[in-house]
Amino acid sequence: MVPTTYYIVLSAILFGLGVLAFLFKRNIITIFMSIELMLNAVNLAFVAFSQASGKLDGQLFVLFVIIVAAAEAAVGLGIVILIARNRQTLNVERVDLLKL
Amino acid sequence: MFPTPDDFYRVLPEVLWCGFGTLLMLLQPFFKSRQFFTAVAAIAALAGTACSVVAGAFPGPGFNGLIQSDPYSTFFHLLVGLVAFLVVLAAGPYLDRENLPAAEFYALVLFATAGMGVLAGAQELLTAFVGLEMSSIASYVLAGFRRDSLKSGESALKYFLLGSFATAFFLYGIALVYGATGTTQLDKMFAADPHSSLLKLGFAMILIGLGFKVAAAPFQIWTPDVYEGAPTPVTALFSAGPKAGAFALLLRIFATVPAATHLWFWAFWILAVLTMFAGNLGALVQTNIKRLLAYSSIAHAGYILVAFASVTYLGNNLSDGAGPAYAAILFYLVSYALVKIGAFTIVSQIGGTGEKHLALDDYAGLGQRQPWIAATLSLFLLSLLGLPITAGFFGKLYIFKAAVDSHLIWLAVIMAVNSTIGAYYYFRLIVIMYMREPNAEISAAPLVAFPFSIVVVLVITAIATVALGVAPNPILRFILDPALIGNLR
Repeated sequence: MVPTTYYIVLSAILFGLGVLAFLFKRNIITIFMSIELMLNAVNLAFVAFSQASGKLDGQLFVLFVIIVAAAEAAVGLGIVILIARNRQTLNVERVDLLKL
Repeated sequence: MFPTPDDFYRVLPEVLWCGFGTLLMLLQPFFKSRQFFTAVAAIAALAGTACSVVAGAFPGPGFNGLIQSDPYSTFFHLLVGLVAFLVVLAAGPYLDRENLPAAEFYALVLFATAGMGVLAGAQELLTAFVGLEMSSIASYVLAGFRRDSLKSGESALKYFLLGSFATAFFLYGIALVYGATGTTQLDKMFAADPHSSLLKLGFAMILIGLGFKVAAAPFQIWTPDVYEGAPTPVTALFSAGPKAGAFALLLRIFATVPAATHLWFWAFWILAVLTMFAGNLGALVQTNIKRLLAYSSIAHAGYILVAFASVTYLGNNLSDGAGPAYAAILFYLVSYALVKIGAFTIVSQIGGTGEKHLALDDYAGLGQRQPWIAATLSLFLLSLLGLPITAGFFGKLYIFKAAVDSHLIWLAVIMAVNSTIGAYYYFRLIVIMYMREPNAEISAAPLVAFPFSIVVVLVITAIATVALGVAPNPILRFILDPALIGNLR
């Protein structure tokens, strides 16, 4: 059996990749996907901990995360379409009306 | 295991808010009049608020410990319900002017309010997560509600991206805490080992996630942009509601879990100092009133974090005087929420169609042209500054006292310095209103109309501001009731 630590390390790496992609990517869709990656890293950690402790509530939490992530994606993609239609670009650096 | 009727009474406010929200969307095709929807939404907000008293009459855990009904949650339900009511009233004329659909707007406001209510009663991190997302997702849509405006869309995008980024941190923190303690239920973490590094990391990430939501520096960058771009009544909601919800959760976590309390004193100390300076120094150079108030709300989050530092410093021992520190946080949240809503309501009216008049210079001569409005706005600004006979004075005084009582002298000194910096930009606006001559364009423009519902909002917030500043005792008695804080543990 694979030790729990491996899963946690993997989930930490995935989460870190998500954070890096969020900070350094410029396309809104890519940034959006990096958030999904972070959420899935969370899911992996929950499942691993749940398996290790033999309790089900961690896996239940994952279901909630998936549902809420879907709701968030619906709203997020709506906002992305709004931006794309109003500005004809998906580069975050050009979404810069609001500044000091 | 099955829910009992009592369980449903405990979530009655949320049920009402969500139910009325859905009802509004169903009624939307059949009614044209915005006034009708405003009335329904205002009644819904008030009904939910009244029902939080019913929920408070059934104290205890509901749905197998998923949600908690106690005086603390009742307090926050009353607060967010009142906020929703005021925002609905303030939004009516705005939606008319901008020709925006009313039913969806009010439905989203009610959904967001239900989310904040869930946050206030969350005794389990799962419920907290769902509540946080209910309020956040509705807020993202509200921020972009003026679909034709580039700024509004941009505000929604920024809020959405940074908000979900923060949520991911919050969730990862919950996962780590779950790994360290084997539970997501806060009251079961009582015996958690504070030296476990997994637990420390987990609470740090939860703190980062909630830090984003309450706009604590260094996680505050989104605030001015989102506040400026969002429709002004929505900005009023953002500055009061979600912030109160997130602070409610943060306080409950740190009051319920001793391991967290002992860990994070320095984290709060540093966050408080950074947030106060980021807000006050940022506000000095602003020329747009919405951005100015956004920076001021960052600064106020900093003042509240000062009280958090003293709560965590005193630990869980109520006999050491942590009670007044808790009370300081709750009192401050009330006074601040009312004042911010009042101020943003005036900004919303003065802004005019398309939110054109948001520059500080647009307020020149307001003191002569519309003395009542100028006086009310001055009252709110003085309360934000913390002058006597306003609610803000006692709010600041109690936090200051909490900091001094817990021997955080440096924090108290830094807070005093920051209040002085704040005086500059609040007085600058008052001086512009009363001393500066309006330019030709403003003097030629007709006086800004203040419809009945706006006047109601302003009267309620102004009277509450003065009442809390003259006689804070009734609400203090409620807050300082040992049951309110004692029940958290």
